[in-house]
Amino acid sequence: MKNKLMQMILHRIGHSLIVLVLVTLLVFLVMQAVPGDPIKIFLGPSATQEQIDHYTKLFGYDKPVLVQYGRWVLNLFHGQMGRSVLMQREVSEFIFEKMAITLTVVLPAFVLAVIIGTTLGVIAALHRGKAVDSLVSTLANIGMATPLFWMGILLILLLTIKLGILPVQGYVPPWVNFGKSVQRLIMPVIICSLTPTAVFTRQTRSAMLEVIRQDYVRTARAKGVSRKDIILKHQLRNALIPIITVMGLQLGMMVGTTIIIESLFVIPGLGSTMITAIRSKDFMVVQNVVLVISVFIIFCNLIVDLLYGVIDPRIRDR
Amino acid sequence: MKISNSAHSYKSKRFFRVLLARKTVILCLIILAAMAFFAIFARFIAPYDPYKQDLNNTLQTISRDHLLGTDAMGRDTFSRIIYGTRISFSVGLASVLIAGTIGMVLGVTAGVVGGIVDTIIMRLMDAMMSIPLIVLAIFLGGILGKGLPNVMLAVGISAAPSFARLTRGQVLTLRESDYVTASTICGSSRFRTTVKHIIPNCISPNIVLMTMNLGGAILAEANLSFLGLGINPPLPSWGGMVADGNAFLRMIPVMAVAPGLFILLMVLCFNIVGDAVRDALDPRLRGSL
Repeated sequence: MKNKLMQMILHRIGHSLIVLVLVTLLVFLVMQAVPGDPIKIFLGPSATQEQIDHYTKLFGYDKPVLVQYGRWVLNLFHGQMGRSVLMQREVSEFIFEKMAITLTVVLPAFVLAVIIGTTLGVIAALHRGKAVDSLVSTLANIGMATPLFWMGILLILLLTIKLGILPVQGYVPPWVNFGKSVQRLIMPVIICSLTPTAVFTRQTRSAMLEVIRQDYVRTARAKGVSRKDIILKHQLRNALIPIITVMGLQLGMMVGTTIIIESLFVIPGLGSTMITAIRSKDFMVVQNVVLVISVFIIFCNLIVDLLYGVIDPRIRDR
Repeated sequence: MKISNSAHSYKSKRFFRVLLARKTVILCLIILAAMAFFAIFARFIAPYDPYKQDLNNTLQTISRDHLLGTDAMGRDTFSRIIYGTRISFSVGLASVLIAGTIGMVLGVTAGVVGGIVDTIIMRLMDAMMSIPLIVLAIFLGGILGKGLPNVMLAVGISAAPSFARLTRGQVLTLRESDYVTASTICGSSRFRTTVKHIIPNCISPNIVLMTMNLGGAILAEANLSFLGLGINPPLPSWGGMVADGNAFLRMIPVMAVAPGLFILLMVLCFNIVGDAVRDALDPRLRGSL
């Protein structure tokens, strides 16, 4: 039994590594197709050919593509990601700090979404077909269709401009000034939790409805188990299995959606870094940001797969 | 021949009955039809030229002359929203078509050829799917550059992996089916079997997935344009208009609020219709798509 779990874990890790290598290759090759030279953009139109050549050589952009790729991957093993032309710094020096800033938005939003989403989903499932159910479903539909930047603007309009309760923009890390940080994070966190809340609500509702029909729920009811215990111990616990998969997927996706949120609320996280880098064709930064995001997502998926194996013995034994 | 015809018409009757059973779906279809009407006849509906600058009437708020005000260049916001319908529809439709086509080509190739080709294609799709759609679209959009066709391509390519996965799964199931075996036994080449039997049967689930992806594609375009990486400025893209309005939020909120409302409405309607199409065509697909 334990061996099988171990085997599954190793298999999953192996698969994740292959995907990761392909991500690096994909990102790298696509970056090569970018029109525009980061060195020229950085040095400006007044640069002499000599200067351009010097910097091109310095950053290694004169080497063949495969050599550049090989160097990038090999350096990754040494914890080095390459130099940003724009910031004149090693990417690995600042990218993790940016990731931490992004996570201060994503993680609270995730917790919020899990709590509200599952609660609403259970409520909707228990009142299937009633007014509460249609209200929750409608809200979830709207939550999935709302452009996040627009909802953010509505919040700014309401909370900052009309009511004047919250400051608009800017970011203070929680490890610098917790109170100020929370004040500025409220709106971004709400916006970031919007889509996942809607997704969790829908998923929980349908998973709950799925298990209501199961024999063991009927058996539990026949045995005289209390309604609360049936809902929590028999239904929700079993409904959680598909919900967890969706949660893992969403956590990864949320790191992606913060690009928009960060640009609206001027948060100096991964997303803003990526947008700035794309505008100035700063190859190294763009490819490393995409890499870090996909590593995070692959990691989330791996955790979900493992959790799955722990929760559901049928999967472990397959 | 007659039998198959009547079976077909029964199927399509059932499809429309289930599709139109819910009032919400009918309402959404009406709204989308109205928007399509706006898009096609924009020239006759829009009260002003969406590109015409009127520097004497910049940053107007709601009035009888300008239903939704004007922007920083004096262009009529309502007219721009009407013309923006065209952009959203065309990007939505074009990018799901691109995604569906790429996905089907890759999925059929992977499923039919199998072996190492299958492994390479599908692992590549895994790699693409491990990057969130919006990040991938921004990444590709940033590389392809701004402009309408590039946005369509960026969103289309980003959405392709789910189509490839769906198609490959479909091909693997079909390969085991009796009529494909029969066709092989009758001496059809692998190519003929693929073209005559496998590809036609992959189309319908892909159409369902396309319908379901329309909303997401429109949202992705709006996001790109909001970030300034999408549609080029003079063209009225709803996402870009929200970004323009964001700069004047304190003065005239309607400039940012109105176009966003239209994005929400269109995406919401497409999502609801997409779900309904899936349920009507095949209730078993619920959850798997």
